[in-house]
Amino acid sequence: MLILTRRVIFWSLIVLFVIHSFLVFTIGTEEDKGETLLTKDALNGKLVYQKYNCTACHQLYGLGGYMGPDLTNVMSKQGIGELYVRAFLQNGTQRMPNFHLSEEEIIFLVAYLKYVDKTGISPVKKFEINLNGTVTQK
Amino acid sequence: MKKEVGLLFVTLGLVALLSGVIFGVIGAFQFVFPEFITTVSFVKIRPLHVSLVVAWIFSCAIGGIYYYMNNCCGTGLWSGKLAKMHFRIFVITGLLILICYFMGKFGGREYWEFPAILSIPIFFSWILFGINYFKSAFNKIGGWPVHMWMWATGIVFFFITFSEAYLWVFPYFRNSLVRDLTVQWKAYGALTGSWNMLVYGTAIFVMTRIKGDEKTAHSKTAFLMYFLGFANLLFGWAHHIYIVPAASWIRTLSYGMSMTELLIFAKMIIEWRSSLEEAKKDFHIIPYKFIVASDVWIFLNLGLALAISVPAVNIYSHGTHVTVAHSMGSTIGINTMILLASAFFLISDITKSDFSAAQKKQISLGFWLFNLFFTVFWCCLIIAGIQKGILTVEDKLSFQEVMTKIQPVLTIFAFCGIGVLAGLTLVVSPLLLSAYRYFKS
Ligand code: HEC
Ligand code: HEM
Repeated sequence: MLILTRRVIFWSLIVLFVIHSFLVFTIGTEEDKGETLLTKDALNGKLVYQKYNCTACHQLYGLGGYMGPDLTNVMSKQGIGELYVRAFLQNGTQRMPNFHLSEEEIIFLVAYLKYVDKTGISPVKKFEINLNGTVTQK
Repeated sequence: MKKEVGLLFVTLGLVALLSGVIFGVIGAFQFVFPEFITTVSFVKIRPLHVSLVVAWIFSCAIGGIYYYMNNCCGTGLWSGKLAKMHFRIFVITGLLILICYFMGKFGGREYWEFPAILSIPIFFSWILFGINYFKSAFNKIGGWPVHMWMWATGIVFFFITFSEAYLWVFPYFRNSLVRDLTVQWKAYGALTGSWNMLVYGTAIFVMTRIKGDEKTAHSKTAFLMYFLGFANLLFGWAHHIYIVPAASWIRTLSYGMSMTELLIFAKMIIEWRSSLEEAKKDFHIIPYKFIVASDVWIFLNLGLALAISVPAVNIYSHGTHVTVAHSMGSTIGINTMILLASAFFLISDITKSDFSAAQKKQISLGFWLFNLFFTVFWCCLIIAGIQKGILTVEDKLSFQEVMTKIQPVLTIFAFCGIGVLAGLTLVVSPLLLSAYRYFKS
């Protein structure tokens, strides 16, 4: 392969990368169905979630460690609600450490999880598989 | 004490590997036996494990590149001083990260779980590495072989994607979960692609040396494969976020891109017979043995990666141990095998001496032990993942019930981890001994 050809392919890919990144950062991720719940508390809650490294054991949209359950929709799961979540956060379990969270931190986390819940669904349990291997959520 | 900076990095990497795997084994036992070692919780063990093994990959790859540029590529190293500075920053930052984990101070982002401030020395050290690499590489007369292109790409794109992974510090990215997750995994996908460029480049370099044939590293096929890999690094990352509600074109594009890897898969299948013949000839050469193992693992993990890139499969496998099979399968089976090959090559090249017959036996035993246990380990993760995926979609059992179902497979997985650790220890200890003797002499 000529050195010139290599360079042309390389730089074309770079240009495409820049355009693609820009689109992903903007119109590709514009919609946020949870926007109305994006309060100050919820934003703080995200930082609390990071501070205690909840992601080591929990997933949001299936991303994170696997020891504990996916928390995306924990707030709207049947039989579960704010009180139930609070109980976990206050006491921990045999596997989940008790982080001795302050009342404020718990309020933040609950607000954050409420926001997360509204953004979408995970894990996806109702879907249809199309012939080309893609999936349509129901 | 002599200080060949390449070997310093490799030795540090080997130590990180063994310690990282020990934490991995502890974590696996905590997973299945909650009463196992409760003084240091899984919340600390997981990042200790992941960061140490990632440090192994970087350290050994970087060490190899410094050494090969300095001694083998006809470029020389632009500045030994800068390289040593890089090493010092690497060690100090690494220690600070470990201390933070033990103290429970987290940044809490997947994979880079240390406080964000510690990314600054990493950025800085990477700039030093980049300057040194390019200043050296531009000394090369004639076109670069493909592995130098790959190293260059890996270095530049690590920098770009590591920066991208920190875009969350800006509210524009942080304040929308969909945007945050999408950008985070766009960055991580390409970041792993970048370190793979460093590692695969190393594999090609070592192979050209063993075979004494530079031409393949300039061939058209080599460059086509490189560009295919590069395009996948840039655009093929979305299988991590298929279920995140971002725009659907992001998924479609990535799905299409991933499927181009079928070409590599097909190439491997078509060439398997001649590859096997080739492999038999030189299997006694230690670095070559590891390269052959990595080829087998490339085949298996590419198959798995292709499968989970199909959205219809991904919807079951995502968020389960299939993903862990994908990530550990590639980082252990492919990256670690290649980097061990490189470590063996580099250490024999520096010390100009061979291992004793007893050591060779030990390495061979370790090699087979490792691969045997790792095969079972990998299969267990896939089985556990498939079980969990199906049970989750069926939606009849609670999370705890599902976990109880997969407990037996994960228990086998944890015990296999001990076998993997034992095999690796047998392989790595002669390397560490040689390095120790070299530094002492
Ligand atoms: C060391 C692992 C670990 C860490 C870290 C962890 N958890 Fe958990 N968590 C678990 C496990 C495991 C469960 C499931 C209950 C059980 O088996 O003990 C759980 C359950 C929960 C539940 C109940 C979910 C349900 O569907 O029943 C919530 C809510 C929760 N955790 C929130 C958090 C938050 C918020 C953090 C961070 C502040 C956190 N967890 C950190 C392991 C962990
Ligand atoms: C060279 C050796 C190894 C490498 C490179 C490696 C790499 C990794 C990586 C990259 C992850 C993150 C996975 C993900 O989030 O998808 C991980 C997780 C993990 N690894 Fe390893 N690993 C190694 C060996 C081991 C061994 C021997 C064990 C012991 C059984 C082990 C146990 C674990 C566990 C328990 C997790 C956490 C999975 C979870 O979150 O549930 N690892 N490893």
